[in-house]
Amino acid sequence: MYTGGNCHTVISRDSDLNGNDLKDELIGAVESAFQASENLHIQGSGSKSFYGNPVTGSTLDISGHTGITSYEPSELVITARAGTQLSEITSVLAESQQILGFEPPLFGENATLGGTIACGLSGSRRPFAGSARDFVLGINCINGKGEYLTFGGQVIKNVAGYDVSRLMVGALGVLGVICEVSLKVLPQPQVEMTRVLELNEAAAHAEMVRLARLPLPLSGMSFYGGLLRVRLSGTENGIRAAESEIGGEVDHEGEAYWFNLKEHQLNFFKRNQSLWRLSVAATAPVNKMDGDCLLDWGGALRWIYTDNTPDSIFAFARRLGGHATLFKVDTDWPQGRFSELEEPAKSIHSRIKSAFDPKDILNSGALYTYC
Amino acid sequence: MESDTLKSRTGDQLATELRAIVGTDAVLTDTEALRPFECDGLTAYRELPLMVVLPASISQVQAVMKACSRRQTPVVTRGAGTGLSGGALPISDGVLLSLTRMNKILDIDAQARTACVEPGVTNLAISEAVRHLGLYYAPDPSSQIACSIGGNVAENSGGVHCLKYGLTVHNVLQLRVVTVDGQLMTVGSEALDSPGLDLLALMTGSEGMLGVVVEVLVKLLPIPPVAQVVMAAFDQIERAGEAVAAIIGAGILPAGLEMMDRYAIQAVEDFVHAGYPTDAAAILLCELDGTAEEVADQIESVENLLVTQGATGTWVARDAETRNRFWSGRKAAFPAVGRISPDYYCIDGTIPRRELGKVLLRTAELSKEFGLRVANVFHAGDGNLHPLILYDANNKGELEKTEELGNRILELCVEVGGTVTGEHGVGVEKLRPMCLQFEDSVLEQFHGLKAALDPNTLLNPGKAVPTLARCAEFGAMHVHRGQLPHSDLERF
Repeated sequence: MYTGGNCHTVISRDSDLNGNDLKDELIGAVESAFQASENLHIQGSGSKSFYGNPVTGSTLDISGHTGITSYEPSELVITARAGTQLSEITSVLAESQQILGFEPPLFGENATLGGTIACGLSGSRRPFAGSARDFVLGINCINGKGEYLTFGGQVIKNVAGYDVSRLMVGALGVLGVICEVSLKVLPQPQVEMTRVLELNEAAAHAEMVRLARLPLPLSGMSFYGGLLRVRLSGTENGIRAAESEIGGEVDHEGEAYWFNLKEHQLNFFKRNQSLWRLSVAATAPVNKMDGDCLLDWGGALRWIYTDNTPDSIFAFARRLGGHATLFKVDTDWPQGRFSELEEPAKSIHSRIKSAFDPKDILNSGALYTYC
Repeated sequence: MESDTLKSRTGDQLATELRAIVGTDAVLTDTEALRPFECDGLTAYRELPLMVVLPASISQVQAVMKACSRRQTPVVTRGAGTGLSGGALPISDGVLLSLTRMNKILDIDAQARTACVEPGVTNLAISEAVRHLGLYYAPDPSSQIACSIGGNVAENSGGVHCLKYGLTVHNVLQLRVVTVDGQLMTVGSEALDSPGLDLLALMTGSEGMLGVVVEVLVKLLPIPPVAQVVMAAFDQIERAGEAVAAIIGAGILPAGLEMMDRYAIQAVEDFVHAGYPTDAAAILLCELDGTAEEVADQIESVENLLVTQGATGTWVARDAETRNRFWSGRKAAFPAVGRISPDYYCIDGTIPRRELGKVLLRTAELSKEFGLRVANVFHAGDGNLHPLILYDANNKGELEKTEELGNRILELCVEVGGTVTGEHGVGVEKLRPMCLQFEDSVLEQFHGLKAALDPNTLLNPGKAVPTLARCAEFGAMHVHRGQLPHSDLERF
């Protein structure tokens, strides 16, 4: 039998690494909650519990449902249970010089795979390599009736059935309890380099838009405090050749910068004020709102501290072709952290929620009151 | 007779109503005018629709959907009709909604690297319209000269460059969709994500079951300055498979990675003279793209790896002419096989690549057992296998045998952890293997999801997801081989 050539680790279902299969317990818990019409609050490590609208209910802890169930580097696919810590996954991938292409933020050292996919957040590599949902190939989950369902699979090309796996990404658990996830992974770039350029915001923004149009091995473009940082990933000669197009100087602290940006550990993020996340068209004008703004994703992602009212911020994001999220709050905040939907999307959201979770017991209200 | 008269009267009323919306010439009801629409690329299944309607604008599509919805008339949406799974097969008492008149490129934004297009624009036309800007649209299904972007969205089309550049779902930013009751909905946005559930992902690949795509905002990429191809020959197909694993294991992500077995190579070489080594058990074509420096670095690594993995010969196409010649063979593989056999049937399973040796071995055994030859063409990078079963429809019983062999190969794909369709879609063709791949509870959840968007099952009814009753029926038929539905129909 063909087993993928030399120097490839195969981890099969029969030999889990420190895994712990709690699937039956989790199914039982959802079944009971369904029978009793009792709300459940799905939780991994709690590292991203600040994100989304507040949820009440008994805690359904998935952090014990762990283990990488399948990984073969030459397939570029890894499958793990939802409670598996993201740090374990990235270190197993690193042994084979592979990475998660969407550069997910952890926001806590115990961050789980399930929480990462339920939140659907992606780091600076996102505009160039893809988002969390882009890398999801399959998801096994428990719907609101306690049924264990298998969507997608472990292959890159698969058009059988509706793409429910990707629908689950960023859904904050309102459609199902994510139990197992298969992800496409990427080879680790041979070389990475960050260039830094001194520019004002408008000039940096124009430069990011210009660079994105060129066939360069880009993997990150961010601006704050008069400095544009451009990350390149690829082969050594490829990066050397791209350097001259970018200009500026080598940022020897580049790796730390991208990590601290992803994990919100830059000084920019260290303040006691509500943090807004604006996802907009990369080409939308900058510097049009009062407040302090950091640009990521080549201008398509804007982190903002502002005293403006939520309504004005939601409206502003819409004018820029995107949406706003109240990402972190400094006080108790009621529902309504996401841009509101219009009809008919609103009704469709409500009906999809009912199709998966008819009694509205899974993370009720995490996205919207109706979904 | 009575019901036919009734159907005809209802049809007449609907046709009158729709003519008032789209104009007299845009509603076809004569049998001869309907004939070109009776099938898509899966010609084995044919059906005449009640009528064909050709709207020219979003508001016309909305009005048509409102009218059909009010009358509870089913609607099948059709793009260019190049699909291979019968997704656009008409329904006898339904409207066939052809979007070919909506074929304008509405806007190109070079700064944002996007193009906003109507659904009837062909895949290739997008890349051609933006080439002067140094940009292109990445997904390139083999039918790209003819297939429409609306159809690409419905099928989540791929192409030979999927491994590196993704499928349609990875290259579309926003859709405007008309719902079954005629409302206009925008999913996705100009930004890289959207609030709420990812309806953009749900709509992509939904085979016209959830809404009518009336406008598409696609992402464009900078054209890579250099693309080169390495061809390698192997004396054992397993070695070629190992070489693929070695290339990917070495951290190289080729733009395209294709494999063909001896039978396919010989058929192609006789047909287009691509310069393939006809004595090889398998060949690999590996394309690398990027800047000149990146490609130079990677070509060297790949060539070394191929030799280390036991290639009996390697050839590098450094110029466009040789590169096109190497690709011409792969692209001509289907017609080439069509030349050496009266009929052939194309299978579209995907497998984890590590199972390639096992699947090819079992396929060869099945080929012998059924007495039917099989040529293998493989998108090796992403595991999408296209075994081509050669048969002669004039030989009594060979059709049924071919279909049974196809099902056995798809069963095998599911058994090794793969899927029954990698890129051609389910349509009407793969309803039976869908029953093998998915448990009843998952199929029920799919139906629940459809009902959330199409409560009365008017959009492309009967396609893409089998009912549980249908699966039970297939199960019974599986026991009584040769009693398949439409066994009187020709299959290719």
